[in-house]
Amino acid sequence: MPFGRPLLPAMRQDRGGAVLLAGLVALSVLVPLLNLAVPPGSPWHLSTYWLTLLGKYLCFGMLALALDLIWGYAGILSLGHAAFFSLGGYAMGMYLMRQIGTRGVYGDPVLPDFMVFLNWHSLPWFWTGFNHFWFALPMMALAPGGLAFVFGWFAFRSRVTGVYLSIITQALSYALMLAFFRNDMGFGGNNGFTDFKDILGWDLHADRTRVALFVVTAVALAVSYLVCRAVVDSRAGRVLRAIRDAESRVRFLGYRVESYKLWVFVGSSVIAGLAGALYVPQVGIINPSEFAPINSIEAVIWVAVGGRGTLIGAVAGAVLVNYAKTYFTGALPEVWLYALGALFIGVTLFLPRGFMGLVPGTARLIPADGPRGAGRPIRSELGVSAEGKAK
Amino acid sequence: MRLGVRQCAAGALLVAALVLYSPTLGAQGDNDSFSTALSALRDASFLDKEAIVGRLAESGHPSTRAVLSALVEDRLYVRTADSQVFIVKSTDEALAAWELVDPVSLSDRGSAPRDELTKIGTNNRLRRLLKTTLARFELASPDPSVRLAAVREVLRSLDDATVAVLRERVGTEPDSRVKDEIETGLGLAALDGSDSAARLAAIAVLARRTRLEVRNRLAAMLERSADGVYAESDPQIRAAAAAAVRSIDRRRTVYSALEVVFFGLSVGSVLVLVGTGLAITFGVMGVINMAHGELMMLGAYTVYVAQTLMPGHIALSVFLAIPAAFLVAGTAGVILERSVIRFLYGRPLETLLATFGVSLILQQTVRSVFSANNRSVETPSWMSGTLQLGDALSITLNRFYIILFTLIVFAILLVILKRTRLGLDIRAVAQNRGMAQAMGVRTERVDALTFGLGSGIAGLAGVALSQFTNVGPNLGQSYIIDSFMVVVFGGVGSLWGTLVGGLSMGVVNQILEPYVGAVLAKISVLVALIVFIQRWPRGLFPQTGRAAESH
Repeated sequence: MPFGRPLLPAMRQDRGGAVLLAGLVALSVLVPLLNLAVPPGSPWHLSTYWLTLLGKYLCFGMLALALDLIWGYAGILSLGHAAFFSLGGYAMGMYLMRQIGTRGVYGDPVLPDFMVFLNWHSLPWFWTGFNHFWFALPMMALAPGGLAFVFGWFAFRSRVTGVYLSIITQALSYALMLAFFRNDMGFGGNNGFTDFKDILGWDLHADRTRVALFVVTAVALAVSYLVCRAVVDSRAGRVLRAIRDAESRVRFLGYRVESYKLWVFVGSSVIAGLAGALYVPQVGIINPSEFAPINSIEAVIWVAVGGRGTLIGAVAGAVLVNYAKTYFTGALPEVWLYALGALFIGVTLFLPRGFMGLVPGTARLIPADGPRGAGRPIRSELGVSAEGKAK
Repeated sequence: MRLGVRQCAAGALLVAALVLYSPTLGAQGDNDSFSTALSALRDASFLDKEAIVGRLAESGHPSTRAVLSALVEDRLYVRTADSQVFIVKSTDEALAAWELVDPVSLSDRGSAPRDELTKIGTNNRLRRLLKTTLARFELASPDPSVRLAAVREVLRSLDDATVAVLRERVGTEPDSRVKDEIETGLGLAALDGSDSAARLAAIAVLARRTRLEVRNRLAAMLERSADGVYAESDPQIRAAAAAAVRSIDRRRTVYSALEVVFFGLSVGSVLVLVGTGLAITFGVMGVINMAHGELMMLGAYTVYVAQTLMPGHIALSVFLAIPAAFLVAGTAGVILERSVIRFLYGRPLETLLATFGVSLILQQTVRSVFSANNRSVETPSWMSGTLQLGDALSITLNRFYIILFTLIVFAILLVILKRTRLGLDIRAVAQNRGMAQAMGVRTERVDALTFGLGSGIAGLAGVALSQFTNVGPNLGQSYIIDSFMVVVFGGVGSLWGTLVGGLSMGVVNQILEPYVGAVLAKISVLVALIVFIQRWPRGLFPQTGRAAESH
């Protein structure tokens, strides 16, 4: 993809991005120190519980980044990004399941426990190769990316846009959830994958491995941010923004709107898939409820809270909302859904630009809410009206 | 006190038969001769007993049926102390004392220890006579359902005597179901006989039946054992049976297809019901209301509250809940429109997010008020049960009522939109807001009322849902995607599209289900819809004209 400017000069103007990257670097230094070097009794010690939580937040940050890339810059509101996230997670889960080997409950050297339990005698074909990390790693990107490509190819070519696209992405995610709940899909049914032992030969329960995973996640987030920033600052990024604001006009100017949308959608799904792949070894489980439509919608609200079309806002929103979720579900579980609901309403009504809109000097970066001024798009012609019917 | 279930059931059937049957209540004189005959039973020989049974049967006394069936079931006893004859309610060996019933008046007469009672014995011949006598008795009942039950009872243990009784009856039987039942039973019995002409005739009769047991019986005749010997040796009969099986199978296929369509229509009408409200809010107003499912949930909880407030009046509470649910959900909708949605017109994605927030709040409110557990809502008795049409087609009543309810709601909605002032306003605002405003339509008020109308219909859908799914905080979530699919499939803005779309989605789902299972059927419908929307993005009934270009 042709970048309009070299990366570094661009960074100099991107103060928010610099803050984010500096923060990630600081985290990757401090977190290992506080967890491994500081003794557990010290007040400065960072417990493994918090280490895992922080890692989770960063994975969600990546998911939010992916979502902001398409929603904030291309106007595609996907309500099915949890599906890409989960697919990446499942790809990682399959690798981790194969690493268990004979340590499972049934001790089968090849088959994961759930397959032995279901009386299967051999691995299904799509499990082939997942015992090798070099095979599983590209699958973590290819599985979600491939799905996004097929789906996007159909959707964008037939010009499904706006709310329609949102609803069918949600339906897609819902259909996948139902499918993965089935035992005979070969993905562990409603229990999914869990009880992982090690990754690349390192024990997943050891603090060192967890710290390493955290650092890898921080690096992945930083790289994803840089890639997204490069994309949106490139010439292609400007076309995407133009598509967001006036799709038809861009098409009339001769741009292939479908291709731009398709590639940014696929790219976004790959980032989401990698986020899911990093999420699974840290939380230690993946099951079909990750596909639930609510997860996708929650990810959308992280972006909305942070401020869509800012990239850093999405990451900040993901971390903030998830921290609030951790706090509320622990302290006041009754209140969490009220708070989340109020957040949805409050942000859309009063903070259409998210919290980033409150930071002075960033307003310039943030898009308006799409084409407006055409009045309310109230759909005319009731089905019952006699006039205007073609048939 | 423990009574054998079968005895109880038999007893109940008996009493029912008697109450319905008894032509004239016997006079005092009848009672006397009846009890004389009874006491004669005590020491009579089996031959004498046959004569007495004949006398009893001709006495026309209302208790005859009970006494004779007690005799055949070995429940007629003599009390040793005073030589009185009694019917024993249950001859359960585990009981120390048996309950007694007076054979003449059929009233309770306390109980007696087992060892103080002597059974009035029967032999095979006498029992056969008793069975035929009893069968005649019940077959003469004026109530077809009693006759049907009697025929079924008799068919369970056929012998020459009962076959003769049935043959005699089949000529005069007025009720077609009873007649069918007798013919089927006789036909099945004739198959076991040796007269090949009678067997062919029986097969001809049975070929017109649809019942599975008949089909299996005929199919069994075509089976071949391992060494190649047919279960039926006569090739002519075998050919007839094969033809009969084919014709029965053909008919059963048609019936099961009808049943699938009916099931599909009922599933589809649920979809129509949940989609119709959305067709108003999304289709007409263009508002993506993710809280639509939760408005349905409010309707379902209204039924629950109504039933809790008036226990014991289940049917009435459901009827009262219908307008109540409309009002509750409609009011919630108006509040939602005035407080949130009106600030977001023209920003569909933001509306989606804000209403999703509302849905979370409503869910949590319900969890806080009613607890997170599912609440049980009772179904009025007249809504449960099945309607048997023919041998192979049974229609569950609640499914039937759901179709009916959907059609009524849909019709009322059409009337509101086409024939009322509000409907006129709604259509005017939908077609041209500015012009409507210029003509003096208060558009803001119309917006609120339109949204309220759509929400109220969601509440009605909730009432229907409460009758066959769990009423819980997640009720709405499980239907929201389906309802959006219905609206998008049918064509946004088209009520008829919603109707056709919902019904056809239901039918397709039901057709797929036997082949691929419930979950895969649902998935395939979703995937098919996704593909459909790609090809025809504006649904089955797309908008045409100027309106179609506005989005």
